[in-house]
Amino acid sequence: MTYLKKPLVGFGIAAVLLFVVAPVALGDFRLNLLAKYLCFAIIAVGIGLAWGRGGMLTLGQGVFFGLGGYAMAMHLKLADAGPGSMPDFMMLYGQLDELPWWWKPFANPIFALAATILLPMFVALLLGLLIFRRRVRGAYFAILSQALCAAFAILLIGQQGTTGGTNGLTDIQGFFGYDLNDPVNRRMIYFIIAGSLLAVLALTWQLNRSRYGELLVAVRDGEERVRFLGYDPANVKLVAYVAAAGMAGLAGALFVPAVGIISPAMIGVVPSIEFVIGVAVGGRASLVGPALGAIAVAWAKTALSEKVPSAWTYFEGLLFILPIVFLPGGLASLAGMIRRRRAVVVDNPPAPVEKTPVEVTT
Amino acid sequence: MFRIDGRRTAAILASIATFAALTACGAKTTDDAAPAAGAAIDTAGDTVKVGLLNSLSGTMAISEVTVRDSLQLAIEEINAAGGVLGKKIQAVSEDGASDWPTFAEKSQKLISEDKVAAVFGCWTSASRKAVKPVFEKNKSLLFYPVQYEGLEQSPYIFYTGATTNQQIVPGLDYLKAQGKTSVYLVGSDYVFPRTANKIIKAYAEANGMKVLGEDYAPLGSTEFSTIVNKVKASGASAVFNTLNGDSNVAFFKEYKSAGLTAEGMPVVSVSIAEEEVKSIGTQYLAGQLTAWNYYQTTEGAANEKFVAAYKKKYGADKPTSDPMEAAYVSVYLWKAMVEKAGSFDVEKVKGAADGITFDAPEGKVTVDGATQHISKTARIGKIGDDGLIKEVWNSGQPIKPDPYLKGYSWAGGLA
Repeated sequence: MTYLKKPLVGFGIAAVLLFVVAPVALGDFRLNLLAKYLCFAIIAVGIGLAWGRGGMLTLGQGVFFGLGGYAMAMHLKLADAGPGSMPDFMMLYGQLDELPWWWKPFANPIFALAATILLPMFVALLLGLLIFRRRVRGAYFAILSQALCAAFAILLIGQQGTTGGTNGLTDIQGFFGYDLNDPVNRRMIYFIIAGSLLAVLALTWQLNRSRYGELLVAVRDGEERVRFLGYDPANVKLVAYVAAAGMAGLAGALFVPAVGIISPAMIGVVPSIEFVIGVAVGGRASLVGPALGAIAVAWAKTALSEKVPSAWTYFEGLLFILPIVFLPGGLASLAGMIRRRRAVVVDNPPAPVEKTPVEVTT
Repeated sequence: MFRIDGRRTAAILASIATFAALTACGAKTTDDAAPAAGAAIDTAGDTVKVGLLNSLSGTMAISEVTVRDSLQLAIEEINAAGGVLGKKIQAVSEDGASDWPTFAEKSQKLISEDKVAAVFGCWTSASRKAVKPVFEKNKSLLFYPVQYEGLEQSPYIFYTGATTNQQIVPGLDYLKAQGKTSVYLVGSDYVFPRTANKIIKAYAEANGMKVLGEDYAPLGSTEFSTIVNKVKASGASAVFNTLNGDSNVAFFKEYKSAGLTAEGMPVVSVSIAEEEVKSIGTQYLAGQLTAWNYYQTTEGAANEKFVAAYKKKYGADKPTSDPMEAAYVSVYLWKAMVEKAGSFDVEKVKGAADGITFDAPEGKVTVDGATQHISKTARIGKIGDDGLIKEVWNSGQPIKPDPYLKGYSWAGGLA
């Protein structure tokens, strides 16, 4: 029974923390920052699934985050401009006479909302089919994801007239008719993000404990063996990769109303690596580890840079190195370690390890 | 393939949805916005806080740290002279980390947590565009000290760097007066160079100049052999350079090794100041041209005082440059506005801005209340062997700011 109840209790505690404690304890500004951290946590859950469970080091989540973010920001910019008008920056930099064709469908809120998640998933599907069918793995997979990030960022910067270039899409005023300048609405955005994180966690939890979840771990630990058992590892990996892309897209879409800007700076190589670092710090193979790690890293970044604005990057570097050196399983493994330590203390003196020679059969 | 027991997940999702639905909703965009109160400014006690928002880490740090130093010098001087309205200025420094969303986050923090009276900083246009909605939403003030591409006029930003008609247009006028009939445009791939080049092309068309080519390198790129070969093959009579940062080092090395010289095909740069000259190396730059509003060598008592104070505080080998000077001036202009208004209140300070003058190191500057830019004297300089820039031409008097180039018939289609 305990295995049935424990996760529910965990979700209950997380819900109370996110929906009751945080809004009461934090001011408008800090709550808004927490909303941003939670977006990173949503990406992290996806990376945890693809990397921790599936063994795919996805160093290119920025692409999917960006696709989701731009899809949302394009709709919000068009909604701000009003029907028939063009976003402000196009007039400034593009001197276009009419909206480019690929902007037009985003005026429709339903299309845009669907695109924030389905577009990244579709791109991930195409890529995944190519990559996993050809059995690209390990470092090659990581390098490929990085190259994709760099290419996407360069493409966005180059098309200044239609994408806003390095500036990205900024100055977003409304969110589906709600004025983002109103603190009440910003609070509502926070609740939507917190709810989305819980939903993503619940879905991933379900996925992890399904037969598929077992299969994914099996593919991570012995891809060839799984192949010999008659499964196609490419399909198994594809599901996790596409799901992670969908989560990154969702996070990007929610990031836009929370922060009010999406730019190539959030898409390139560096932010993509930062997403992964959060996951590594938290513990990639667990469910909540990646989310907590991402929140902890983002929070530490803000706190350190406020305390020591001119030297915080050194502390941040230290923060990345220490857990990875001393806690390879991430923060999530801390609880297990403490439990083991305590068990050792209780069983004092520890039972001597039997030194039976390992039988070697030849 | 899946065996998903969905009941519990469904229960969790349902409760999340209920919770989300329960949260109240605020104003719609269609509502008539009630005029929100201006930013709360903490003036209790005998100090007033201001924010310094510069990149202290990341690719822009090398430039922006000098601006922060210069801002601190101005604040120190003002405090030593008694402060503003009897209150000492307390600077709160934040790191924008060369990352645009971070700039937005930190500006919000300065406004709502530190309750600063004004914020000074930002360098790249991208960071300014990221913080612009934050300042407008909170009705708080930003003083932006860097030359930029124009076409902007936020009611809550004061622009103390040059707009295009105070830097790029005079630079082109100078080339034209020197008999240069064709230019090649080289720039970094971001908003300022692309917009600046749009303006240059419009100018060239109206003034019978030929633009023989236009090339962009990614920010931070150091591979210039292709671009320099194209420049060389074009036979242009001058190059207009809007490259930023490290790219300039690679570009000028390549330029020299391709056998191109300042005499044969001069390069006019708009992003190379004294600090950058030092890092690129004078052997590659001697004789090349720059367009700014201030040089360390600019004559006048105000500049002698500024240069001496800066070197005393930060070291004799530290040069002063245009953005640093504009930052230094911005603090004094804010002080003058506050004193004229008799209050730190943002709307009152804005109201008092028009006509404020200051004897700046660059010469006399005047705030134009309508555009919130300042009038500045354009100066073309030639880089010397000693790494300093010597003025070879100036506009004679301060040029009134015209961010949308309304006074230029050829710029009609630009904004």
